[in-house]
Order: sequence, then C-alpha cells, then structure tokens
Amino acid sequence: MSGSAHSEHAESKVRYGMVIDLDKCTGCGACSVACQQENNVSFRPDESDKLRTLSWMTLYRLENGADYPDYRVAMLPRPCMHCDSPHHSPCTFVCPVNATIRDEHTGIVDHVAVRCIGCRYCMVACPYHARSFNWWDPTWPKSMEAMLTPEVSPRMRGVVEKCTFCHHRLNLARDRARLNGEDPDTVVYTPACAEACPTRAITFGNLKDPNSEVAKLAKDARAFRILEKLHTEPKVYYLSSAQWIRRQSDNNL
Amino acid sequence: MDKALIPEGVKRCPLPVFGLWMLFLLAVIAWGIYAGLTVLIKGLNVTGLNNYFGFGLYITVDLGIIALGAGAFFSGFMYYGLSRFFPRLKELHKIINLAVIVGFCCYTGALLVLLLEIGQPLRGWFGYWHANVHSMLTEVIFCISCYAIVLIIEFVPIILENRKLDAVKPLHIFGHNLHEIMAIFAMTGTFLSFFHQGSLGGVPGVMFGRPFAYRTGFFIWPWTFFLFTLSAMACGPAFTALICRIIEKVSRKTLVDRSVYELIAKVTGSLLLIYLILKTLDTLYWALDTAPGFGFKLSDFYEAPYGMWLLFTELGVCGVLPVILLLTPQTRNSNGLLFLGFFLNCAGIVINRFVMTVQALAIPVMPFDQWAVYIPTWAEWAPCIAMLAYGAVIVSLSYRYLPIFPREKELNP
Repeated sequence: MSGSAHSEHAESKVRYGMVIDLDKCTGCGACSVACQQENNVSFRPDESDKLRTLSWMTLYRLENGADYPDYRVAMLPRPCMHCDSPHHSPCTFVCPVNATIRDEHTGIVDHVAVRCIGCRYCMVACPYHARSFNWWDPTWPKSMEAMLTPEVSPRMRGVVEKCTFCHHRLNLARDRARLNGEDPDTVVYTPACAEACPTRAITFGNLKDPNSEVAKLAKDARAFRILEKLHTEPKVYYLSSAQWIRRQSDNNL
Repeated sequence: MDKALIPEGVKRCPLPVFGLWMLFLLAVIAWGIYAGLTVLIKGLNVTGLNNYFGFGLYITVDLGIIALGAGAFFSGFMYYGLSRFFPRLKELHKIINLAVIVGFCCYTGALLVLLLEIGQPLRGWFGYWHANVHSMLTEVIFCISCYAIVLIIEFVPIILENRKLDAVKPLHIFGHNLHEIMAIFAMTGTFLSFFHQGSLGGVPGVMFGRPFAYRTGFFIWPWTFFLFTLSAMACGPAFTALICRIIEKVSRKTLVDRSVYELIAKVTGSLLLIYLILKTLDTLYWALDTAPGFGFKLSDFYEAPYGMWLLFTELGVCGVLPVILLLTPQTRNSNGLLFLGFFLNCAGIVINRFVMTVQALAIPVMPFDQWAVYIPTWAEWAPCIAMLAYGAVIVSLSYRYLPIFPREKELNP
C-alpha cells in the first residue's frame, strides 16, 4: 500500500532539518529574498500572477479571523519540507525519471534539473506547493547577472525547481572539512534563509544530533509541523505559542 | 484511381464531397499543429496551467481518450480470448476492425498530445533511460508506447486488405499471416492496456499527500488502479459502438447487425453496473474513512465551480441512468435510448477522469491556502480538438478505402 510504514531508506546519523519560530518571525521577507539571491531564482518584471511565480521560500499570511481589537496576523515562511516519510517523499515517489530523489545520507530532497522532463507530477503530489515550474526562460537584468551565485546552476524553461536547503553550501562545508582533516559527515552549515533572518527565527542543523539546537527546538512544547495527519514527516518544524496558529497547521486539529 | 481503391461491391460518397470533408478536418488539424508549435516554441506559459494546476486539459483529454480507446483491447480480449468459452462473443467479429482503428487513433493521438504536455519534450526518452520503478507514470510511459506499437501491428493487416495492396502477392501473404497470429498480439495488447489503464488510475491514487486523490488499495496498487481499468472496459466498446453509429448515420448505411449493438449494450451495461457498485463503495470508504483520517469531510472537496453536481452527474446521470438504459430490454430496443445510454456511459468516464486530475488539484490541502480554478486556453483546446480531427481522418480514410465492416455488402444490397 502506498505510503505505508515500512522503511526503505537506510538509517543515517544525519537528517538536516529546520525550525522556524513564528513568534519571532516579523514577515520581513529577508529569508525569501536571500533564498532567491543565493539560489539564482529568476523573476519576471511583472510578478502579479502569483500562481506562476518562482518561489522556493513562500511567505503565507495567517489570520485568526477575529474582529478588531482581537484581530491577529502572522506570517509563515514555507520552504520545501524535505519530507522524511519512511517509504518515499510524496514527490520522489512519483517522479518517472528519478529527477527528484532523497539523499538518504542527509535527508535532503534534491532535484536534478537537467534530468527533469517537466511532467509536473511532483508538483501535483506535493501538498505544500513547495515546487515551482519554470514557465519562461530564466532572465535577470544585465546588472544582476554578475551577482549570480556561481555554485548554483540556473534552471532552464520547462523544468521544476524547489528549495534544496542550500545543499551547495553543504558541499562547500564538506570540502572544507576534508581539507581540515575533519569528518565531512558531521559538518554543520547554514542555509541562506537562516543566515539572513534578522530575528534569528530560523534555526538549521542536524535533527539526529541530540545536542544540536535544532533537535532541541524540534522537541519544544511549542513545536508543530504542517499537515501531520498526512504522514509526510516534514523535516521543517514550526514554533508558536499561539493556539490559533497551531490550529491552522492541520485540518481540524 | 479513387474508385480502384474502394472495396469491391460497396458504395462511397463522390470524391469531391470526401475531399471537402478531408479539407475541413485537415484545417482543424493545421490549427492544432499551429497551437502545438506555439506551445513547443514559446513554452507552457501559453496554456492555462500554473503551479497549482500542474495537470490540466491535456491530461484530462489523454485519460479520457485512452479510456474510450479501450474498446480495442477489451473487444480483442473478448473476441480472441473469451469467445472460445462464450460463442456469442464471436459476433464482435463484425466490429473488431473498427475497434482496432479507434484504439489506434486514441493511443497515437494521446501520445501526440503528451508530447506537448511535458515541459522538456526532447527529454521524453528519459522515461525509459532513467526509469523510476516506483512511479506510476513510468508504468504509463512504458505501457502506452508498447501498446501503441501493438495497435500499429494490429492495424497493418487491416490496411493490407485494401483492394490494390491485397493484389500485391507478398503483401497479401504477409497480411494473411499477420491475421493468423493476431490473437497473440490481441492478448499482448490486453495485458499492456490492462496495466496502462490501471497505472493511469494509479497516478492520482498513490499521491498520499493529496487526500482527494489518494486511495488505499491492494499491495502496491490503489483502488483507483482497478476502477480505471474496469471503467475503461465499460466505456471502450460503447465508444466503438457510438463511432460505428455515427458512420452509419453519415453514410446512411447499415454497417453491423443490430445484434452487435445489443451485445455491446449488455456487456458494457453489466460492466458499468459492477463498476458503479465498486466506485460507490470506494467513494463511501474514502469519504467515511480515508478523508476523515486526513481531517477532511466529503463536502470539503466539492466547492464551486467543482461542486457536488459533478459527483451526482458522474455517478447518477452518467452512471445509474446508462446502466438502466443499457440493461433494460425495452429501452435497449429504442435506438435513441440505446445510443443515449452509450453516450452517457462514455461521458461519465470522461467526467471521472476530469475529477481525478483537475478537481483533485483545486482543493487546497493546507488549511491556510486558497481554492484555485483552472481555465484552459486556446493553446490547450486546439491540439485536443485537432486530435479528434486526426481520429476522424483515420476513421474516414479507413472506412472509404478498407473493408472494415465484413457485413456491409450483405446488409446494403
């Protein structure tokens, strides 16, 4: 049966994950901008059609539905959840060409743009809308082309793309560890969104390391994940003390 | 020359009339090719698809047309396989050629539309090279291409029956020998199409992150795998019968005995009844167990414009009604009601394919997300309509120049 509980991936000592503290998040969008800049996410002069926007880190606006003065609003940054469900992630399970696969040594769900045929089955399977399709050829203003990140390939028209937890930064960190004679499997690195967050609302690290901050925060009483009932087992956790926010994390929680 | 190609002893419309009909169809195809080239050159941004609706009209039409084309595999299975045990099924001999031609049009047409559907058409072959054995779409890619080849093999001997081609001795011998071993291809096609129809059902059924589409199932197959196969078996022969009736109406001739329609009505009506029972059980189990497990109610999935009316139309108007029309001897005796039954049967299955693809994506899974509505553009309609015109060209040419109805001469003295 699809999505049943038996595990097909070998247990590794590293599962990179993220914790986002919604009580600290001001919705400034720095994470989203940093992600776009770091990962060479292209954009269009007119971005009004949000359903065709390329976005790896989308900010959702949550409201409590009450009238003033009890009205409350919060912003929820949503990267790829890097689902850790035992059988497969929803997207890796369906891709016909193995263009999206989970690296079982790190838990990062990767996407190989040059293998992607653009069937969009992964987008359809992902309940978090974490994937975007390149509807147009990627372009940047001439003045911005020199600022593109050399470690990240731009994606061509007709393929899907998504957050990779900045795994090029992981590769750089692993290279540095090898040069320093350290174990590359235990490196700690920081994705662009976590680095850019001015309120330190985003924490990143190895969920399997009990001493890591991210592992401690993931076990916090305020911690929850989106759509727990689907058993996609996201590796992105959220923190909030507001019940109305937690209620919106899952249907009829 | 034209007259020399027309089968002996049958009448066809004058060449200029046929030429005008062909010109009209070719104009529609040219419009579709223009749209297709626009998609290939400019990209999928000319369609109504977006990040929420990764699947749209192309996939719906593909799923629908593949189900309707199932007449080829299921008629072949009944005629070459089951008729040994149920001699009455030998009647299908009178319509089997048309079933193969309709299946050929549907499968090759679907392949052409699929080429437009993927964002990187030049990488279509990656499906074979980098195949992910877990993906239902991989199974679809393998089965559709293999079965399309089988249909070409099944179509060849029919083409070789053309008067002029049959006069060439080597071609006659080749065609005759192909006929002799056709049962092997029919059975191979049955196997391939069974899995193809099923894996098309598996495409939505295995998406465990999408509660509207997700189904539990048997071993690695979700229930939709079996429901899609069964529903294709229920509507495929009905679609062949509808096409046959349209040719009869246009040519003003009787092409098959009424007993063939009667037989198809009984078979498809019975299968549709079994499908409806299983589909209802599946819907109930999903609504009462699967969906609540994910925190949803049945009504959460049906909102304007994809309201409850779709469910009632699919299962009631296009489900229960055609079952009654096709299985009741009195209504079966009326030509109007019989073919209405066939039509509603086909329409219901197409609605089912729409619901399982487009509507399934409209429903926001995250509680703070919003409903979205999908509207196809001309660049999606044109290739789909052109595909129908392509089918009409093949069927028209086949009817004019090939002896596809063995009883035509006797029924139209």
